[in-house]
Parts: sequence; structure tokens; C-alpha cells
Amino acid sequence: MTTTVEQTTAAKDSGAVSKKKKSKFSPWALVAWLVGLGFFFPVFWMVLTSFKQESDAATNPPKLFFVPTLDQYSAVFEQGIGPAMLNSVFATAMSTILVLLLGVPAAFALSLRPVRKTSDALFFFMSTKMLPVVAAILPLYVIVSNLGLLDNIWALVVLYTSMNLPIAIWMMRSFFLEVPGELLEAASLDGASLWRSVREVILPLVSPGIAATALICVIFAWNEFFLAVNLTAVNAQTMPVYLVGFIAGEGQYWAVLSAAATMSALPVILCGWFAQNKLVRGLSFGAIK
Amino acid sequence: MTLTADTESDASQGAVAERVRKIREAQDVGVSRAEGWRRRGPLLPALIFMIAVTQVPFLFTLYYSTLSWNLVRPGSRQFIGLNNYIAVVQDSQFWSVAGNTVILIVGVVLISALLGLGIALLLDRAFLGRGAVRTLLITPFLITPVAGALIWKTTILDPNNGILNWVLSLVGIGPVDWIGQFPLAMVMVELIWQWTPFMMLLILAGLTSMPRDQLEAGRVDGATAIQLFRELTLPHLRRFIELGVVLGAVYLVNTFDAIFMMTQGGPGVASANLPFYIFQRAFLGFDMGQAAAMGVVVVIFTMIIASFALRLIFKSFSGKEEAA
Repeated sequence: MTTTVEQTTAAKDSGAVSKKKKSKFSPWALVAWLVGLGFFFPVFWMVLTSFKQESDAATNPPKLFFVPTLDQYSAVFEQGIGPAMLNSVFATAMSTILVLLLGVPAAFALSLRPVRKTSDALFFFMSTKMLPVVAAILPLYVIVSNLGLLDNIWALVVLYTSMNLPIAIWMMRSFFLEVPGELLEAASLDGASLWRSVREVILPLVSPGIAATALICVIFAWNEFFLAVNLTAVNAQTMPVYLVGFIAGEGQYWAVLSAAATMSALPVILCGWFAQNKLVRGLSFGAIK
Repeated sequence: MTLTADTESDASQGAVAERVRKIREAQDVGVSRAEGWRRRGPLLPALIFMIAVTQVPFLFTLYYSTLSWNLVRPGSRQFIGLNNYIAVVQDSQFWSVAGNTVILIVGVVLISALLGLGIALLLDRAFLGRGAVRTLLITPFLITPVAGALIWKTTILDPNNGILNWVLSLVGIGPVDWIGQFPLAMVMVELIWQWTPFMMLLILAGLTSMPRDQLEAGRVDGATAIQLFRELTLPHLRRFIELGVVLGAVYLVNTFDAIFMMTQGGPGVASANLPFYIFQRAFLGFDMGQAAAMGVVVVIFTMIIASFALRLIFKSFSGKEEAA
């Protein structure tokens, strides 16, 4: 089925480009819209359900029209989503700051003033990202518990930093490499110190790239579940761990569940929408612009 | 400074790679020892941090995998060589879980790559609201995976009040207990929903970088649309699809959230993959030695896929082929 769609799409393409100037409407636009709305539907339904009363939430047939309420959101706060949210904010923000503190200099040392064996270092960073977390979780658990950091948010801060650092270095390196060589050359001819040319020439140029990198780190850190569920319990639980509480009961509290899920998903969805033009670069480790 | 001024402000990948190579050549002769350390300085914190946090635990995993060690039996730590690996290989559950892992990765990666290709082709044309459609499409990839899995498990796939069964009842298909009857398949459906946007984004980047004049020339020569697609578009997209497939596979090896939330690996181990099974063994069965041995097996398995991924990513930096 997919192949026929592709082929007919391509077939349409041949006609469409020549006609494009006349009219931008084609039936394929309609198909694209339907597919887009289809993929978005579960998210839409989640948000919609979060504004329902429980009696409107789990019904057959499903209810599209109802009297909206914020009851579920206040219920979620009564059930202690606040601390989980603060933990998530803290782990995400701290780890992203650490990633930038460690990553910006490293990306610089691997691009504009490269060290020897740059590609070995790059290879190493990348390969740590390929190592499945599950292979490290047992010693991590033992080490973290020996350090007395079980159920402590700092354990997650450190691990999220290591999780995001390779992506950040690769991605920021790709931005650094776009800084035109003559600019640096000119700055050093003017007698600017290295630090000044970094601060006044390079950083302004790469700051949009650094911002995009930070947003992508935020998305991954916020959504992380495996480490959080293994290394935290009540005190340091993050949003995804908090959501686990909703699969336990057999009772169908779909509305309150949807409210909690929405609270967890919304911040990162917004970050992702913001960063969407740079998303590809982050996801491909800077290999695709 | 060894930087050369031969790069244009709008430096292409190729020129950048060339510059890096020149710098490196210059370094080998010209960079003094002190300068070498000054250059290394900014890199070292990140390097040391990563070695400490990611490599050291893995060495411990290797060590644990040679121990007979149960967390609930104190004093049970003793060296038993490769016996854990033998036990793992003889564990029939391990093999069915390993099979699930392969089915899950291959199925999700291939189907989402195909869907991603189709959708990318749909989006590779100007139409009203194209940006909005793209924004809608990437949302499943951004949503907290735990939240997404929870929503699928309840509001969509629930046998009584799920919206899917309601839609099917309109065309007279009776209620199906989706997760109960097809646990692994449903986990895969949720993951395909999540990963199709990822593939779509990578392939769309490929389509955007497609040289339009080639297509135009082909069209003038009277090639049919299918020919154009097969002869020009697909070869150009190949690298992007490959990159999507291997990166997707590397990430999907770690699949845990969806299984944890939707099926808990059940019934039995019907929908468990290796990470979930190792988690069960270690934190519910407390068998650290065997769990560690399985972890090592997963690493070997991942390294095979990862070697392809690393090669592809490095290739796009070599500057021989234009990435975008």
C-alpha cells in the first residue's frame, strides 16, 4: 500500500511542479493533512480527555462534546505532581547546563582549534551513545547506592549529562565548523586574544546553534524513563516515573491520567516545535543539516 | 594560528573537511607541545567525565557477569567464570526474548522508514499549511514516551472504551482485546507511531537537498515519474534512509518505556525485549550475575548495528558526498 502511495506521489510530482505556479492545491495536500491529523490524533485526544469529567472520559461511544473542566488538573496537583515536576525541571535544567559547560569547550577543541586525533575523540563520544544503557544499569545501581545517592536527583543530573553530552558535542561541532575561517583569521590579525575572539566573534555566531542544542538536550532529559525508574523512588521521582502510578489501578481514571500525561508531554512538545528546524541536525548527530 | 583563509563564508562540508585536514597536517609538524596541551585543555573535562560515567560502569558489568551474585542472598558473591554465559545461552526464555528484540527492531525500523518515506514525499511540495502539517507530524516523536504509551494503552486500545474498537464497531468488527491478544504487535504499533516522524524528518532533509535541475533534466528527456523516482530520487535518498535505519535501530535496542507501560513484557515473556528482561532479572529476580551477562550480550549485539551507524555518520563528515 505504501509503495503505491509513493509511486503515485512521484507521478503527481511530475505534473505538479510545472503547474505549481498556477495553483498550490492538489488532492495530495488533502492526503498530507489527513496523515498529519491522524498522527496527531492521540495527542489531541489526550489533551481533550484531560478536560473531561471522569464520567465523560471512558465511554462508548467516545464523547467529543462535553462541559470542559479543570477538575482533573487540580486533582493531579493534589496527588503530588508538583514535586515530580520540580524534580524533572531540576534534572533537565541542571544536566543541560552541565552539558553546555562541558560540551561547548569540547566542541571548540574538536573543530576550530582541533586537537590531534580529533576523529578518535569524536568516535569515542559517539560510541558511548551506542552503548545500551541497560548494560550499565547494574553497576550504576550499585555505585549510586554505595554513594548514598539512590532516590537523589543528583544521580540523574550526572547520568543525563553523560547521556546528552555526545549528541551535544557532535551537534555543536557542526555549528562551529560553519564559522568562516577568515573571521578568526581577521580577529587574530587585529591582535585579539583567543579568549576575546571566542567571546566576540565565535559565540555570537554559534549561539543559535547552542540554543537549539540545549533544547534538544532538554527534550531527551525530560523524557528519560529507564534510569529514573531504576534509580529513584518517591523523593526524586520525575514526571515519567510519576505517570507509572496510573497503570497500577484497574479502575479507569482516564481523565486524570490524561491530565497528568498532558502536563508531562506539553513542555517538551513546545520545546520540540520551537527547535524543529534544528531537530534533524540533532537527531543525526550533526550529519544532516 | 594555523587556520587557513581558504574557506568561503558559506563553507560547504567539503571545504570544511578540507580545512580540518589542512589544520591537522599543519599540526603534526608545527604545533608545539605546550600548544598541544592548550588545545587539549577544553576537551579534557568532557572526555574524563564521559570515561568515568560510561566506561567504568561497563567494565563493572563485565566483572559482574563472571560472578554468582544474588542481591537477596548476602555473601553469595563468588567468581564462577563463564558459567553465567552458559546459563544465559541455555535459557530458552532468553532466546525467545532475543527473538522479540529482533522482531521489534526490524519491524519498527522498516515500517516507520517506509511510512516516513511516503510522508516525506507528501510533504516535499508546497501546499497550504505545509509547516503546520509538519509540526503536527513531529509531535509523536516529542511526546514523553511514557505518556504516549499510557494514552495508547488506555484511550486508544482499551477493549471496552478504546476509540479504535469504537471506530471498528462502526464497520461491524467486533470488539478486539488488542493488547491482550497481540501484545508485541501493539507495542510495535505504538513505537511505529513514535518513530515514523523521526524517519520522515531525516528523509525530508534528503528530499530538500535533492538537486532540482537533475529532475528537470530527466523530465525533459521524457522519463516517467516512476523512472525518475527509481533512478534519481531513491539513489539520492539512500544515504538518508540508511542513516535513519541504523540510528533508529541503535535507539530502539534500548526500547523499554513502551513495554513497561503497555504490557510489562507479558503475558509471560511474549512481549519482553532484552532490556526489559534484564530489568526483570536484575531488579525483580535480583540475579545480578546473569543479568550482567545478558547485558554484555546486548552490547555485542548493539555493536554490530553501531558499527554501521558510526561508519555512515563519519562518511557524511568526510566531505566526499554532500550531506545537505
